Amino acid sequence: MNCLREADVVVVGGGIMGTAVLRELSKYDLKSILVEKEPDLAMGTTKANSAILHAGFDAPNGSMKARMNVRGNTLYHILEDQLDLDIKWTGSLVVATSEEELATLRELLERGRKNGVGGLQILSAEEVLAKEPNLTKTVTGALWAPSAGVCWPFAAALSFARSAVQNGAEIFTDCRVEGIVVADGKVTGVKTSKGLIKTGLVINAAGLYADEVAKMAGDESFSIHPRKGEYILFDKTVADKMVNGIVFPTPNKTTKGVLVCTTTHGNTFIGPNAEDIEDKDDRAVTITGMDRIIASAKKLLPEIPLGAAITEFCGLRAASDSGDFIIGKSRVAGLLHAAGMQSPGLTAAPAVAEELARLVRELLPMVHLKKGFQSILPKKTVFHRLSRVKQAAAVQKNKLYGRVICRCETITEAEIVAAINESCGARTVDGVKRRTRAGMGRCQGGFCGPRVTQILARELGIPVTEVLKERADSHMFYEKEPAAGEEA
Amino acid sequence: MSESYDVIIIGGGPAGLSAAYSAWENGAKKILVIERDRELGGILQQCIHNGFGLHHFKEELTGPGYAHRCMELIKDKPEIETLIDTMVLEITQDKTVVAVNPKKGLLELHAKTIILTMGCRERTRGAIRIPGERPAGVFTAGAAQRMVNMEGYLPGKKAVILGSGDIGLIMARRMSLEGCKVEAVLEICSFSNGLTRNIVQCLEDYDIPLYLSHTIVKIHGSERVTGVTVAKVDERMQPLPGTEFDIECDTVLLSVGLIPENELSRGLDLKMEPLTSGPVVDQRRETSKPGIFAAGNVVHVHDLVDFVSEEAEIAGKFAALTAQGMLEGELKHVEVTTGDGIRTCVPQRLSLPEEGETLRLFMRVGAPEQKVRLEVTSGDTLIVSKLLPFAKPSEMIALNLPAEKTKLISGDLKVALKREA
Repeated sequence: MNCLREADVVVVGGGIMGTAVLRELSKYDLKSILVEKEPDLAMGTTKANSAILHAGFDAPNGSMKARMNVRGNTLYHILEDQLDLDIKWTGSLVVATSEEELATLRELLERGRKNGVGGLQILSAEEVLAKEPNLTKTVTGALWAPSAGVCWPFAAALSFARSAVQNGAEIFTDCRVEGIVVADGKVTGVKTSKGLIKTGLVINAAGLYADEVAKMAGDESFSIHPRKGEYILFDKTVADKMVNGIVFPTPNKTTKGVLVCTTTHGNTFIGPNAEDIEDKDDRAVTITGMDRIIASAKKLLPEIPLGAAITEFCGLRAASDSGDFIIGKSRVAGLLHAAGMQSPGLTAAPAVAEELARLVRELLPMVHLKKGFQSILPKKTVFHRLSRVKQAAAVQKNKLYGRVICRCETITEAEIVAAINESCGARTVDGVKRRTRAGMGRCQGGFCGPRVTQILARELGIPVTEVLKERADSHMFYEKEPAAGEEA
Repeated sequence: MSESYDVIIIGGGPAGLSAAYSAWENGAKKILVIERDRELGGILQQCIHNGFGLHHFKEELTGPGYAHRCMELIKDKPEIETLIDTMVLEITQDKTVVAVNPKKGLLELHAKTIILTMGCRERTRGAIRIPGERPAGVFTAGAAQRMVNMEGYLPGKKAVILGSGDIGLIMARRMSLEGCKVEAVLEICSFSNGLTRNIVQCLEDYDIPLYLSHTIVKIHGSERVTGVTVAKVDERMQPLPGTEFDIECDTVLLSVGLIPENELSRGLDLKMEPLTSGPVVDQRRETSKPGIFAAGNVVHVHDLVDFVSEEAEIAGKFAALTAQGMLEGELKHVEVTTGDGIRTCVPQRLSLPEEGETLRLFMRVGAPEQKVRLEVTSGDTLIVSKLLPFAKPSEMIALNLPAEKTKLISGDLKVALKREA
């Protein structure tokens, strides 16, 4: 096998976890490489989840989850500005509709305080309805957690990645790990579909496939089970009939339950259910799943404007058999895990990244903080959020800001071109969507999908027929074939 | 270009162009049509089949042919300006239109009156919650039509079409002609919403099976569509377990309804009608906000572009007259309500002068009907009555109310079907 690179550390997996680790490692004088099997980053669990930055009252006192959740939440408050993350600190409500549930809320409050979550408070029914007037009138109270928020998970992962690249890290997409080379019980390299990367350290952030990556190194200490969660997303125009922030039901033992939440861009969603499945590639939305989340959400929000649904999707949580995060050293020397990152994995990611960087420094004591680390990522221009004066100036500087491609979300051609040409740029129609929101609105790409396809073809210098929606064979359009009898 | 206009028209499709011409005919001196696409004509430019214009131009035209006729009417008229490749970002309460264009940058334009003619968009997969995976190859019929007819690419090679409205039927034929095998057209209702001539000419002539009371219950394929699972539905449109079968295909085209595109209307806080999803208008096509008019598919979805033009000419006329201050005098305002069998009626309000005004009501029935009497009443007075041999939800009913009849209107107007005993 050809040798692609030599590196101090190889991160496997380009989701929120892998990219957060890569960015943390880019603070040190290390050669770090991230490999991702898909054509783009953030295509697994990171692209389809509840997007919530949890306050940290759910996890048991003293658990890894609890510690990482609370620290992660704090870090997002710092990273928000540095990395231009789109976060709305809405606070969250856990709503009770009975006396028993109120008792559970008091337990959660106590647990949260012990976990170090600030500002927790039990609200009366009146206070809850004042915050969220559309909720069921049977509400008896709620746990209010002001430090919770909602973010834009794939944009966050991309910001981590771009910041890491800005600081010298390298990323390979379409680069599948095929084996981990172990000699004398120690990792010496990673075999990928693009060639061998020689390295003494591998960080396993492979999400749903973390158990398989571990197995390649001979570590069979855990397994990962996909747990499906389905969602229904609504048009912005009905957000005022739904909720302002994040509303959970009172949790039971297995899940936080179906929540109702308005995203950072103003679309409300309901979901997820929690269905343990076998197939890690099963991303099908089901009738039973949708019926279930609609029924559950109605307990919180009696009137759900189903006619205003704009899309349904499902994500697979990477659930470990222990139920807790698996963070730290494998018994195989040189392999570190960041696995089993189910909820609150998104919130915990930057804290877990710190923890792994600490372990890397233990293993590589000669490594030091890099001089000239740039913590700040240049801000992106989001045309529709600019003032009219700044919009006018933007078009004057670059006329492509004057052409609106996605009508529903008011996304301009200049933003789409930038998303393709920036570092870790978009290569697919869905990649453009994740970076710019073109195609995320009420028409779901009906108008802009073909145009985005043509812009991708132009910018990448490929025929329209080679542009992909998402994965390898997801072509959007074909050449016309001459009809029978017609000259070719 | 100027910054102040008598009439600004938002949307350069058939409604916008017809409104512009009519505004010009009625004396408006400064008219501007703003279009977001790279050319005027709207959705007609991708409708390369024929069947347009029989009422309005008294001859059969293709979509682009109809659009061309509309463009010819406004050509070489210094009073009418057009802006293409221009997106309206906002319309403010004081009738300022904020728009953006790559060449001219950000524009702030002022109007005495505004006509909303933004048309409609297609209902998507998400709106009807089709289960399954989310591969490439699921398109709305209109998006596929644009790609195949205007951009020159084929959306797929083996298609299943959901929805037997006219767009679905036309696309079945179009895709077949372009070398795509259309495996089936599915319709969740027990009847097709398309014109009979289209069922014959687009499906039967090409041996494409039409499955009534059927829908897609699962889309397969993790990358590109590989097939669909189809099931029969009961009278409540719920899939019947045990009736499922699979069809292999690489493309799913959706023709499952159109929705008026009213984002700008919402920003203006216009009174909206939930059943049409468009603004409430009077017979002059003035909305709840004085000086703001609306016409065409943005008000309610039409099946014939000819009616769109007719409605837009009304809006153009009254917008022009209003802009010139020529509409003085007291008006009597009444509501138009719908009764038995009638699902929607446009206009929803009447603003009538003392001497009455000739107008037309455009209605849709809720379900297919035969031999019913359409009655328009005001209080106890029967204003007009008309026998309908047939009525289908997909075919808009137009009813004339001459001025001498509308003069009789004293209170709210009611339109309803009366079934023969």
